[in-house]
Amino acid sequence: MQARVWGCRGSLAAPGPETLRYGGNTSCVEVRLDDGSTLVLDAGTGMRPLGVAIDRQPVDELHVLLTHLHLDHLQGLGFFRPLFRPGVDVHIWGPASPVQSLADRIAIYLSPPLFPVRLADIPARVTFHDASDDAVSIGPASVRAGKVTHQGPTVGYRIEEGGRTLVYLPDHEPLPGGHVSHEPAEWMSGHDIAHDADVLFHDAQYLDDEYPQHIGWGHSSIEHVMGLATSAGVRTVVLFHHDPYHVDDELEALLGEARKRWDGPDEDVRLAHEGMTIELDGEGVRFRGWGR
Amino acid sequence: MATSAGEPKSLPLILARELGSNLATPMFLIDADGTLVFYNEAAELLIGRPFAEVGEIPALDFGEELALSDSDGSPLRRRDTPAGIAFFERRPAHKLVTATGYDGVRRHVEATAYPLLGTTDDLHGVLTVFWEVREPADGA
Repeated sequence: MQARVWGCRGSLAAPGPETLRYGGNTSCVEVRLDDGSTLVLDAGTGMRPLGVAIDRQPVDELHVLLTHLHLDHLQGLGFFRPLFRPGVDVHIWGPASPVQSLADRIAIYLSPPLFPVRLADIPARVTFHDASDDAVSIGPASVRAGKVTHQGPTVGYRIEEGGRTLVYLPDHEPLPGGHVSHEPAEWMSGHDIAHDADVLFHDAQYLDDEYPQHIGWGHSSIEHVMGLATSAGVRTVVLFHHDPYHVDDELEALLGEARKRWDGPDEDVRLAHEGMTIELDGEGVRFRGWGR
Repeated sequence: MATSAGEPKSLPLILARELGSNLATPMFLIDADGTLVFYNEAAELLIGRPFAEVGEIPALDFGEELALSDSDGSPLRRRDTPAGIAFFERRPAHKLVTATGYDGVRRHVEATAYPLLGTTDDLHGVLTVFWEVREPADGA
């Protein structure tokens, strides 16, 4: 499979000269499986340029896997061109709620006065699915969702294909107020879904000294993400969901802190950036793009 | 570094344990298989032994070791304890019970248990909070 980052900013889009290197679009990662099947992880503002790219080589079917419905993970949906192409089958997966269906919750955003087009009026054939704790097959891949600690119902996704595993946990606070290294693995949110991943995209919103002011906000400190990755036996960590207040230079300082907490080679810990492409196949994991 | 000693716990259990770890109110957790998986430091004072020493044990064994009885002194069946009602009937329950801790002290305890039902109404376990009360008056 191949993964490409279209947006890796957290909370709010943050365009501008100080965020050019890593990008200002919010969460969206495209995953192409070996048979050409297309998965889209989250629908942040990075989904707009992804939709333009897909529109150049249209697909008949694609799967949008939403981790949760905060706006920074949903706002791009209304600007995703394949949704406005009749005949395209779009499957949207997201966390279940005991109160409202996934479609009804998404329609809160995709309806006036927040958005001019109603969900029901979108030309593509849209089918909604509750994200499953049990593995489901999408093309040649096995996809499983796991509930994780954030604000409100939230899942992470584990995608396995051809003996390689990619895990996507963009919004996650494994142990609110706690130290990951002090806890048994089975009590750690996200450990089950992340274990032995070849590539882990993970929330890395806060420096350790910023975290105490943000306990319970649903995001990770560097200690959290690196502790979880080490405990779970992850091989490559992609720091994701960059704080909108962190400019490029600050992100690179954060990367340095993360690498200090990693026993392996520096190149196994990277900062996500728009355009980052990762190939996962029988030969291993390879990064393309300029990424550090 | 953290180690894996058992089955991964579900998120509602993880969150309940996190809550309990930060409370001065005694509480214990039973998972969906009926295993006692955690009690907090406040509970250790009433149970009479640290959780680290007791470890994960079947809730049935835990109840028997504490010799749970009704307020009139008659032994409580597992299904009739607040945790048992919450587990088997999937509803909250409250009761005054007596229990003998590992320290040999018999205590009167008010206990409230409620089932941890997930977003798809699946049972993840039972959370019980409890607190010691003075010896109840007759008929209490």
